[in-house]
Amino acid sequence: MINDPSETETPWRLPSPRKVGIISLIVTESALFTIFVVAYVFYMGGSLNGPYPSEVLEFPLFGTIALLGSSLTILAAEFMLKHLNRVGFLLWWGVTIALGAYFIYFTATEWWHLIYEKNLTISTNVFGSTFYSLVGLHLSHVFIGLLLLSTVWLLTLFGKIPKDHTEHIEMVSWYWHFVDVIWIVVVTVVYIISVRIPVPIS
Amino acid sequence: MSSETIIDENFKAPEPERVGEERGSFTRIAQELVFTVDHKKLGLMYIGSGLLFFVVAGLMASLMRIQLFFPNSKFLEPDVFNRFFTMHGTAMVFLVGMPIIFGFANYLLPLMIGTRDMAFPRLNAFGFWVFFFSGLLLYFSYLAAPGLYAAGSAPDVGWFAYSPLTAKAFSRGHSTDYWTLSLLMGGIGSIATAINIIVTTLCLRCKGMTLGRMPLFVWLFLVVAFLVIIAMPPLSACQIMLLLDRYLGAKFFDTQAGGSAVLWQHFFWIFGHPEVYILILPGFAIASEVIPVFSRKPIFGYPIMVAASVMIAFISLGVWAHHMFTVGMTSMGNTFFAISTMIIAIPTGIKIFNWLGTMYGGKIRFDLPMMFCIGFLFQFLIAGLTGVMLSVAPFDWQLSDSYFVVAHFHYVLIGGLLYTIFAGIYYWYPKAFGKMPSTKLGHWHFWLFTIGFHMTFLPQHISGFLGMPRRIFTYEADRGWEIWNQISTIGVFIQMPGILFFVGNLIYSYFKGEKAGDDPWDAWTLEWSTTSPPPEYNFAKLPEVKSRRPLWDLKHPEDPDWKFE
Repeated sequence: MINDPSETETPWRLPSPRKVGIISLIVTESALFTIFVVAYVFYMGGSLNGPYPSEVLEFPLFGTIALLGSSLTILAAEFMLKHLNRVGFLLWWGVTIALGAYFIYFTATEWWHLIYEKNLTISTNVFGSTFYSLVGLHLSHVFIGLLLLSTVWLLTLFGKIPKDHTEHIEMVSWYWHFVDVIWIVVVTVVYIISVRIPVPIS
Repeated sequence: MSSETIIDENFKAPEPERVGEERGSFTRIAQELVFTVDHKKLGLMYIGSGLLFFVVAGLMASLMRIQLFFPNSKFLEPDVFNRFFTMHGTAMVFLVGMPIIFGFANYLLPLMIGTRDMAFPRLNAFGFWVFFFSGLLLYFSYLAAPGLYAAGSAPDVGWFAYSPLTAKAFSRGHSTDYWTLSLLMGGIGSIATAINIIVTTLCLRCKGMTLGRMPLFVWLFLVVAFLVIIAMPPLSACQIMLLLDRYLGAKFFDTQAGGSAVLWQHFFWIFGHPEVYILILPGFAIASEVIPVFSRKPIFGYPIMVAASVMIAFISLGVWAHHMFTVGMTSMGNTFFAISTMIIAIPTGIKIFNWLGTMYGGKIRFDLPMMFCIGFLFQFLIAGLTGVMLSVAPFDWQLSDSYFVVAHFHYVLIGGLLYTIFAGIYYWYPKAFGKMPSTKLGHWHFWLFTIGFHMTFLPQHISGFLGMPRRIFTYEADRGWEIWNQISTIGVFIQMPGILFFVGNLIYSYFKGEKAGDDPWDAWTLEWSTTSPPPEYNFAKLPEVKSRRPLWDLKHPEDPDWKFE
């Protein structure tokens, strides 16, 4: 006689819906980015007229430092949250928002420079099309991430740290880390690899 | 104690209270439909609106068949014909197939895994309404697409909208934009629903429902949801690129500026081929529930069935370019995609043998759901075999874009998917409405539709062999294609009364059908343990399961399944 399984089994545990949900969202967003990255790589060196990446792109050093740094400050904020330190949480979370906002400002100036001084727009050549769509897609994700971060910050400022909402806040930070990881891919492909391709001799 | 009382005590909810007379009034119903976040109502709304679009898109197909009855026919103008096949294809995939399978998932997943609703009910309602309005947006193009230019009407670029047909120069007016925006919107809704399915399945299972005890239906929808979240974004991505091309002058698909028209094909089919499996795996899901119950045997080879489903999903992500053999790829590319396409027939074949193994030696009951499932087995086999034929690249060079391909994928989507949808609707109708569907009307439906279906699509294999290209609006008299086209068109008019019997059956049985009871088919999964129709909270007390067939365990306490699993 085999025992009734319900008596022998370990307690019933299931993963958290929020975590599974945000992971699914990250997977689906990654698929979206993959296609834009593939388009960029596919058209590398495919422009029929200039400007070419090696002529106009400069490594976005400060923007990258700001965005990658914000991944560390958000960790600090989460540490503060775990210890229920409201002021510390607001501070580090606020720094994260500031760094994200700086990244958007940085990219805006870069685009201004590209459009008005280097004459590269989305309709100039395939490099322009793929560059602005890939970086722009990432930028839109930074923007959405900023909205989420600001919502959390304002709610905490006007309320208390919601003890039963720490997982919600953790999920926002997961999304923010994802946006960072995508930036590493974008920087590698756009600002490190594609600028190595020499300008065609015409 | 009889099994009935055990089920009663364990799961059944108290009788729902009647809420006054105003409950049935029109405004009350409309209000309920708009505000509801209940997975069962949303499920029925998905299926209902899917069937609505099915009738519209089906009528378009019938008009095209009338046009092709005689050679040199003048029944439809060429541009009208182009719009019809575009709208027919787009609607059947995005407004009929997807919503109906999501409807089944919505209605049944929470019931089958023993919970009260989907994980994110409001996201669920959002998904439905986004889909619904994307459908209206697509059809609205008939009125609005001419725009200020008065050029164009409904989209006419085919359902895969190859570049450069969609370029501003060749598609003036707004018709292509309606197509693009509608698909972009629909994609968002599908992804939302898919995430909901994944989360519900992984996080809300009732006590004891391990992954290995989930009904195959749930397993297959989990796989489908994964395919949706991976395959849908490429479609959204290429729609975004197309919009950028059309409105901001980007050069993605502009061949004169270094863009590539073939890239569109790659991106579209990276979505498009997994999409075929997104549509057919739910068909497998329904067959995997119906066939065991009506053969009175548990499913044969449960773990193999799960493994085969995962394998199909995995391989389906690497076969897309078999739609593009005629583009002229490298021989390396041709070989890779030919072989990967052939390999996908292996897990599919395993599934067919497992269903046969389930039926083998069983005590088969030929009720309506089973009849449609047996039809499905035969027809899907034919579809699979023509699929393997087309995977051979040199064969495909001859027959790509011919009526042979049309016949092949209609055998997949009608003979495969639609038959299981019919089976599923007949099978779960008693659960959803508490009434049995009429067997007599159902038999008329089955035989008329089956005869009509084969008459329509079997001859198209032959006209394809004779060289008839798809999407032509008419043909010359001396090609030898007339007879096959004429049989085909007559078949449509045998299918149509079949569909009328089906719709009639749904309406007739709702008012006049026999009372069904909670478990009319003597089935084994959890949805049959609650009342028909289930109350809003599904189960008074959440169930606990010990095997793959929880209701069998309850009905046969002396011989429960968990002893053998």
